[in-house]
Amino acid sequence: MRKDLVWLFAGILFFGLLYLLNWGVKAISTDLLVWIGAFLTLAILSFLYQDNAFYKFAEHLFVGVSAAYWMCMGFWNTLVPNLIAKLHPPIVKGVLPAIAEKPPEYWYIIPAALGIMFLMRLSPKAPWISRWALAFIVGTTTGLNLVRYLRSDFLGQIKSTLIPVIVVENGSLSVGGSFSNIVIVVGVLCGLIYFFFSKEHKGLFGVASRVGIYILMITFGASFGYTVMARISLLVGRMRFLLGDWMGLLQ
Amino acid sequence: MKWHEKMLNIDRRWIYLILGVAVIVPAVVSFHVPVNVTPEVRRVYDFIEDLKPGDIFYVGIDYDPASLAELHPMAYAILDQCFRKDIKPVVATLSQFGAGMAEQVLSEVAAEYGKESGIDYCYLGYKPYPAITIMLMGVDFRVPFPQDYYGTPIDSIPMMRYVHNFDDLKGVISLSAGTSSEFWIIYGYGRYFMPLALGVTGVMAADYYPYLQSGQIFGLISGIKGAAEYEALTEYKGEGLKSIPYQTTTHVVILAFIIVSNIGYFASRRSKK
Repeated sequence: MRKDLVWLFAGILFFGLLYLLNWGVKAISTDLLVWIGAFLTLAILSFLYQDNAFYKFAEHLFVGVSAAYWMCMGFWNTLVPNLIAKLHPPIVKGVLPAIAEKPPEYWYIIPAALGIMFLMRLSPKAPWISRWALAFIVGTTTGLNLVRYLRSDFLGQIKSTLIPVIVVENGSLSVGGSFSNIVIVVGVLCGLIYFFFSKEHKGLFGVASRVGIYILMITFGASFGYTVMARISLLVGRMRFLLGDWMGLLQ
Repeated sequence: MKWHEKMLNIDRRWIYLILGVAVIVPAVVSFHVPVNVTPEVRRVYDFIEDLKPGDIFYVGIDYDPASLAELHPMAYAILDQCFRKDIKPVVATLSQFGAGMAEQVLSEVAAEYGKESGIDYCYLGYKPYPAITIMLMGVDFRVPFPQDYYGTPIDSIPMMRYVHNFDDLKGVISLSAGTSSEFWIIYGYGRYFMPLALGVTGVMAADYYPYLQSGQIFGLISGIKGAAEYEALTEYKGEGLKSIPYQTTTHVVILAFIIVSNIGYFASRRSKK
C-alpha cells in the first residue's frame, strides 16, 4: 500500500508540475465526468507497472457497474416486454404504450414456468428440475441453428471453394485471378490434409500436409497482425482521450 | 548475462513505456500517412453512394464501449454519408451496452445535417438475443420493436409507416464486435438474402474474409484501418484517419521488438550449440 501512496503522490506532483509549467492547463477539461474517466483510465493502465489498489478499485467498479447495468437491461428489455407486458399489458402503459392496449397472451405462462424451473438450479433440494428448461433451450437452439449453419458456414463455404483454377476475363487469361483461385483451392485442400490423421503424413501426402501447416501459419500471422492493430487501436483511443478530451493538448 | 540473454529478458514494463512514448509521438509531431482504399471497403461506400434519396438502409450498432475506438469512427462516417445523401437509416443495437452509444452517434450526426427523428431516421434501441431479433425483423419490425428508443409506437413514426420487414430495406450494415455479425450472415443473408456488409474489429477481421470471398457479405470494413479508408472515401474528418499516424509509430515499435527478440533468440540458440 505504501508503494501505491508513492504513486499517488507522484501523480499529484506530475499534474502539479503541469499546472506550474502551464502546459496544456489552459485547455484542460472542466467536466467532472471526463476527470472521472481519466482517473479510471489511469487506474487501469497502472496495472502495466504492477498490481495496485487503484487498479483493483477500477476493476471492481467496472465489474459491479457492468453487472448492475446488465441486470437492469435484462429486466427492462427482456422481462418487461417479453413476459410482464404479455401477461398483463396495462401494467406497462407507462413504459411500453405501444403494447399496453393489446390483449393478454396467457400462453407466456409456459416460458415463465420454464424460467422459474431454470432458477431451481440454485435450490439445493431439486437442482435437477433446471435440466428440463435447459433441455428445451438446447433443443430449440440446435434446431434453429443447425440448418442455417449448415447452409451459411458449411455448404456456402464449400461452394465458394469450388472455383475454376484458370480464370478467363474478357477472352484472355487473368493471371492474378487464376493465382488467387489456385491459392484458395490448394490452401483448402492442404489445410484439410493436415487435419486428416487416418493416414501417415509421408511422401506426397506429407508434402501437402506441410504446405497445410504453412497456410495455417500465414492465417495465424494475419490474425495476429489484425489483433495487434485492434489492441493498439484501444490504446490509441484511450491516449487520445487523455491527451485530447482531458488535457486538451490535441486539436 | 550475455547481450542476447539481455535482449530476451527485457522487463515488459520497458516495452509498455516505449509503446506509450510511441503513442504520444504523433500527438507532439504531426505527420500524414497515406491510406490506400481496399476493394472490400470501397464496395460498401459504393453501395450506399448508389442508393437514392429516401431509400431506407439499416445500420446495426452492435458493439459495446470496449470496441468504441475501432467501430465508432465507422458509425460516424457511414451515418454522415447516409444523411449527406438523404438516405434514411434505421438504427438499432443488438449489444446490451450499445444503446446509449448508438443514440449519441446518431443524434450527433443527425444534428449536423438538421435531420429529424422519425422523419429522416429512426432509432429502435436495443433488443436482446441477436438471432431471434434478426429473424423477427425479417417478419415485421413491429414484433421485436413495437416502439422506438424514445417510446413512440412504430406505426406513429412517419418514416416507419410503410417499413414492415427486410423487403422494405435496401441493405444492412452491422458494425459488430461480437457474434451478432455471424447471426446477420446466418439469418439476415442466409434466410432473407439481405445485401449485407459488416464492419468488424481487427481481431475478428481475418475470420470474416471467407464470407466476403463466398459472396455472403458484399463488403467488409476491418478495424481502425478500415474506418480510416471509409473516412478517406467519404472525406469525413473523424477519428479513423487521425488514428493512423499513432498506428504507424506503434507498429514500427512492435516490428522493432519482434526483430530484436528474433536476433536475441537465434543468437542464444547459436551460443548454446
